[in-house]
Amino acid sequence: MRFTLNGKPVELKVAPMRRLLDVLREDCGLTGTKEGCGEGECGACTVLLDGAPVNSCLVPVAQAEGTKVTTIEGLRGHTKLQQAFVTEGGAQCGICTPGFLLAASTLPRAASLEAVKQGLAGNLCRCTGYAGIYRSVAVARGGARAAPKPKPAARAKATPRAKTKPKARSAAARRSR
Amino acid sequence: MKTAFSTLALLRPERPDEALALLRDGPLTPIAGGTDLYVALNAGLCPSRRFVDLSRLKAWRGIAATKDGGLRIGALTTFAQIRDDKRVARALPALCAAAREIGGVQIQNRATVGGNLANASPAADSAPVLLAADAELELASTAGVRRVPLGEFFVAYRHTALRADELIQAVLIPPQPGPSFFRKVGTRAANAISKVVFAGVRAARPRIALGSVGPVPLRAKRAEAALAAGADLESAVDALQQDIAPIDDLRSTAEYRRFVAAGLLRQFWQQTGGRRPAPSRRR
Repeated sequence: MRFTLNGKPVELKVAPMRRLLDVLREDCGLTGTKEGCGEGECGACTVLLDGAPVNSCLVPVAQAEGTKVTTIEGLRGHTKLQQAFVTEGGAQCGICTPGFLLAASTLPRAASLEAVKQGLAGNLCRCTGYAGIYRSVAVARGGARAAPKPKPAARAKATPRAKTKPKARSAAARRSR
Repeated sequence: MKTAFSTLALLRPERPDEALALLRDGPLTPIAGGTDLYVALNAGLCPSRRFVDLSRLKAWRGIAATKDGGLRIGALTTFAQIRDDKRVARALPALCAAAREIGGVQIQNRATVGGNLANASPAADSAPVLLAADAELELASTAGVRRVPLGEFFVAYRHTALRADELIQAVLIPPQPGPSFFRKVGTRAANAISKVVFAGVRAARPRIALGSVGPVPLRAKRAEAALAAGADLESAVDALQQDIAPIDDLRSTAEYRRFVAAGLLRQFWQQTGGRRPAPSRRR
């Protein structure tokens, strides 16, 4: 079967019901796509199929035939977004990050905070809470910060930071529906 | 334990008649968006070994207006397509609202309305809206097409009127007599299986349907009759408790579901009861 992977044509001999996730990781060697829940809940395995985010753990590879598949290794033109995830605390352990970046890369430029939340609702993060991620998306667009950045004083020392973290998380949880 | 994916067979017909012929000679398990099926496969809970891929049947994908002013939605139409469709937004806004809350964007881009109905989960998010809309299904086989009201489609827990040689071809939505309402209550809006799903269409004879409160998505016939007869809201709430049969499970309790269902009926009635005339349902 053939498809376009990160802009390059590929031809593979694979069993049709194997998961796109496994073929990308095992046959194509692209391990940036992560497996999380295997239930379509967490979005860690998000790739773009003809530009649309999908959970690659739920896609039989046969259905990728003739499509354009984009993984985190092939994400182009979103340096600002990637940089913002670093500077704004949008990433911590990193398992969810490729999925978030791919999903965020498809959001319309003028998306409101509410639209950003809706667009990223299929991606779960267990470390940062969502405030940092929404802020990363907003900063990448050069817009106002979607959520307040933790105060520099609180960020300077390790202990106070750890104290403020659960608070920020529960606030984000309250906001995200 | 995960299924051994390499050992599974997949047939990939190009046209509906090919798919139906393959299914007649089956047994085959249909796969469309795969968003339910692969969850089962990933958990090792799907015993099927041979599958038929419906994703190439373009004729069954898309939304069209019907002559009577209603809509015909191909079974392979994704919830992303439904969510963004202006005709659906005019004719049955509650269906757009449901589509927005079916999983995250990743699920909406893949999951199909036919798949959601064929799976017949009691928690299927699109089922209550389509039940309240008095939708009908076109079921196709090599013998032809038959129309079945959605209200007769869900037979028992995860069992439908669909024969093994049949596929859902389209969902037919008649013109609606009044405003529609949708509300899903779960731990979060996206990506949570519902504790209760509620949908209603306000009219002289209101239509009310719920999910996650019984073995199948169901119409609340007693509550509907009470409201149609002019009973006060609290009598209808009492009648609703007779319509539903929720259970305790890992997502919620029967008691909480009864409480929420009552609240949702009140909310539906209050939010759709303004003195403004129902917005025009015609295109």
